[in-house]
Amino acid sequence: MMLGIMAKAQTGYQVGDIATDFNLNNVDGKNVSLANYKDAKGYIVVFTCNTCPVAKAYQSRVEALHKEYAPKGYPVIAINTNDPVTSPGDSYENMQKLAKEKNFSYAYLEDPNHIYTKKFGATKTPHTFVLTKTAKGNEVAYIGAIDNSQDLLSSNMNDFVKNAVNSLLQGKKPEITSTKAIGCGIKWKKEGATE
Amino acid sequence: MKYVSILLLVSTFSFANAQVKLLTLSELDKRVAKGKDTTYVINFWATWCAPCVAELPNFERLKKEYYKTPVKVILVSMDFKSKLKSDVIPFVKKHRLKSEVYVVDEKDQQAFIEKVDKNWSGAIPATLIAARTRRLFFEKEFANNELEDLVKSIVHGDYKL
Repeated sequence: MMLGIMAKAQTGYQVGDIATDFNLNNVDGKNVSLANYKDAKGYIVVFTCNTCPVAKAYQSRVEALHKEYAPKGYPVIAINTNDPVTSPGDSYENMQKLAKEKNFSYAYLEDPNHIYTKKFGATKTPHTFVLTKTAKGNEVAYIGAIDNSQDLLSSNMNDFVKNAVNSLLQGKKPEITSTKAIGCGIKWKKEGATE
Repeated sequence: MKYVSILLLVSTFSFANAQVKLLTLSELDKRVAKGKDTTYVINFWATWCAPCVAELPNFERLKKEYYKTPVKVILVSMDFKSKLKSDVIPFVKKHRLKSEVYVVDEKDQQAFIEKVDKNWSGAIPATLIAARTRRLFFEKEFANNELEDLVKSIVHGDYKL
């Protein structure tokens, strides 16, 4: 059992890996792939959900990231990690409701059976992966938190994602490529569990 | 008899009142280092984390008297320090938690996560089982008797990494 848990923590992308594309259902009913964004130089992929208080605290910051960086070639793509049976508040209908209420200007995709959540190695919400287009494909350039101040009270605020994207836009490698922060564990699908 | 149990309830209730303090990682480490043969079951949770709250009863009802060596449960809340009085203390009172409860007192969340365990992604709930010579870390939520079984196997020494 212990080995299984350890292995899980190690899977998913590391910085430098090439991320796979996906084709997932957006809140508007249309499928979205990375390849759809023809002019993109890269992507800010945010694994998130409707219900996690930390994710909620970051909603307006995620929106601001999209507003600032989509025109520069780094759109935000949000992916809901949570299983709608385990966490009914994270159902597709509730995703649509939230996106409408909060006027999300970015794509908010469902990920049935956690396929891309697992592939990327997202373990919590929010969990951000900045990808940059290279000759090899969409390379993972940054993994971690959006910034170091969940409560916006930090005296030495560090906007990790903004700084990473700004570096990439200047053709440089981000100074900080991975960070950690407290987040909500993913609400995984329960396999035939009747507890 | 009824009167006695009400009295007991009231005393447990008031005992829980004042028991939430701030805790730094070095204080926690020192505590474990000084613990001799004690096994510490340290759960990282938050009042806003629904699965954490759901599994708290598993920590509360760990039957510590089963073991030859001491077992101590410590609940470390990752709520913001500023929420100690507004959220954490009322939560502890409402749920009548009898385990020791602390709120993390660290400016650098990332450094804290790394030092607790390098494999911790930061997701909660998470649990560290620590004795002077061993540390086992679990980034997961414990169901039903799973925690009891795990602690049993660790404390009795038949748990192999």
